[in-house]
Amino acid sequence: MSVIATPARQSTGGISARTVNRIVIYGLLALFALFYLMPLFVMLVTSFKTMDEIQNGNMLALPQAPTFEPWLKAWGETCVGLTCAGIKGYFWNSIKMVVPAVLISTLLGALNGYVLTKWRFRGHTLVFGLMLFACFIPFQSVLLPMATILGSLGRFGVTLRNATGFSFGLGNPTVNLVFVHVVYGLGFTTLFFRNYYEAFPTELVKAAQVDGASFFQIFRRIMLPNSMPIFVVTVIYQFTNIWNDFLFASAYAGTGDAMPMTVALNNVVNTSTGVVEYNVNMAAAMIAALPTLLVYVVAGRYFVRGLMAGAVKG
Amino acid sequence: MTTVTTQIKLTPEHGARPIASMRSRLQDALPKIVLAPSFAITIVFVYGFILWTVYLSFTNSKTFPSYALTGPRAYQRLWRWTFESDPPSSWYTSIINMGIFGFLYIFICLALGLFLAILLDQKIRGEGMLRPIYLYPMALSFIVTGVAWKWFLDPGLGLEQTLHQWGWTSFHFDWIKNKDFVIYTVVIAGVWQASGFIMAMFLAGLRGIDGEIMKAAQIDGATTFQLYRRIVIPLLRPIFLSAFIVLAHLAIKSYDLVVALTSGGPGGSAWLPSNFMYEYTFKRNEMAVGSASAVIMLMTITAIIVPYLYSELREKPR
Repeated sequence: MSVIATPARQSTGGISARTVNRIVIYGLLALFALFYLMPLFVMLVTSFKTMDEIQNGNMLALPQAPTFEPWLKAWGETCVGLTCAGIKGYFWNSIKMVVPAVLISTLLGALNGYVLTKWRFRGHTLVFGLMLFACFIPFQSVLLPMATILGSLGRFGVTLRNATGFSFGLGNPTVNLVFVHVVYGLGFTTLFFRNYYEAFPTELVKAAQVDGASFFQIFRRIMLPNSMPIFVVTVIYQFTNIWNDFLFASAYAGTGDAMPMTVALNNVVNTSTGVVEYNVNMAAAMIAALPTLLVYVVAGRYFVRGLMAGAVKG
Repeated sequence: MTTVTTQIKLTPEHGARPIASMRSRLQDALPKIVLAPSFAITIVFVYGFILWTVYLSFTNSKTFPSYALTGPRAYQRLWRWTFESDPPSSWYTSIINMGIFGFLYIFICLALGLFLAILLDQKIRGEGMLRPIYLYPMALSFIVTGVAWKWFLDPGLGLEQTLHQWGWTSFHFDWIKNKDFVIYTVVIAGVWQASGFIMAMFLAGLRGIDGEIMKAAQIDGATTFQLYRRIVIPLLRPIFLSAFIVLAHLAIKSYDLVVALTSGGPGGSAWLPSNFMYEYTFKRNEMAVGSASAVIMLMTITAIIVPYLYSELREKPR
């Protein structure tokens, strides 16, 4: 499908048209690579500089005396609002929120996809359509009712704790966020698995049924062992989305100790007391970005596939 | 599915032993039972909540929800604000920004994505290295993107300062602090984040085009430019549509980027409707107005998404 690349036979004089073409193409590609890399590069070098060097030096210069200090400070000492204990606590908050939310939504999505393709019933398209549309709503349109419900559940949790000594997670911001992310992630996970299982040979499922395998046996023995790629795609997609979420996080855990990483980072950067420590801010941003970047580096192929599957439906 | 049901019904035990019949009926209903919680959750927490928000938008709710209907007052206020351009209301600013941001973001991402995809499709050595570089911003959170660009565009620290040091002292770039231009910095950061992904979509589309068509056109003497304009780009139409849908819904949902990059801009000059909704609902205690703005956002997305989903789900009656 490459057109410009085909040898241009009408090469004239010294440098052929083809060579010029190639130089222009590579030049443009390199220029854009710079454009995409620049902010990350600046963020990275800044996070290893001293404040002195930042104020007097060039943004693009490599650190003269690389120091790990800003990273340590961001991790363990920097102020988020009024508490100055670094972002490590919020990092773990995000982990505690992401892991269960990803696992639950992925598993439910797998089951839903299995039912919607291999155990079809009348109206399955409508059910899927309704679940799919939920992926696209602006979350502002559910933000307020959810806040109200979570507030009531929290009050109920207090009552419960007074009565039984245990609140069953009601009112815990991390539990709330897990719940919210499962609810609003279901559409995507269902979409992923439905499209994947759609292509899975139904004959295999039918044959197993004839042999007397039950609904769950078929799921466990036939579907799951063949679902590895889509599991990876879904887990990565959900992980990235939930880790990066800011709207729900700021609405339902915007203050206090349960803040996820994104909210904490925004607070660190916007804390206006004292001197703004840009190197620490950049280190904090890098720490917030590392988990998803790591996933991207390790499993980029699956990451892209997930994005594509989320984009190209049907 | 139907064959299975008949099979169960043909088994001799069926009906003879009530327990077995119960079990087989349970087996029959099991798929629906498994799907039911997810479906119920969607109905309640998505559609129920949407109705709840719509209801709130017709009340007089301020700091707390109030449930006495008071008519479309919130919408009337938004309607008035829509035309109140002197001085511009926050809502006016938000929707004008949405227009600017939405148009530029979608248009530049599509153009740049297609351009990069075509360049990358010329048998490039090192494509495997370039592609991930173009695409990685998509893995970052909008907050991180915002923090990075805020630094990069800061007149005192970033690009301007750097160019001054290099001797270009007349260079001036303070859009991020300028209330008339701050929304364009959101466009820059937004394009930086999403254009690589659009590139990947177009690249996948280009790779799917039959090489024979191209060869035939070349033999007929089509120039490269003609080839792309007349053959390749029309063939990519479905990708344009998908990419448009993705970008449009990302644009309408954009919230975090404005917060992290501009903190709303000087005097709220970088607000999008999503920021308007959040501020009015949770900070200015105008819950009814906030809800009404959320409903308007939802209706805009619905107008774009529903026809698309309908045609996508319709196309394959299997």
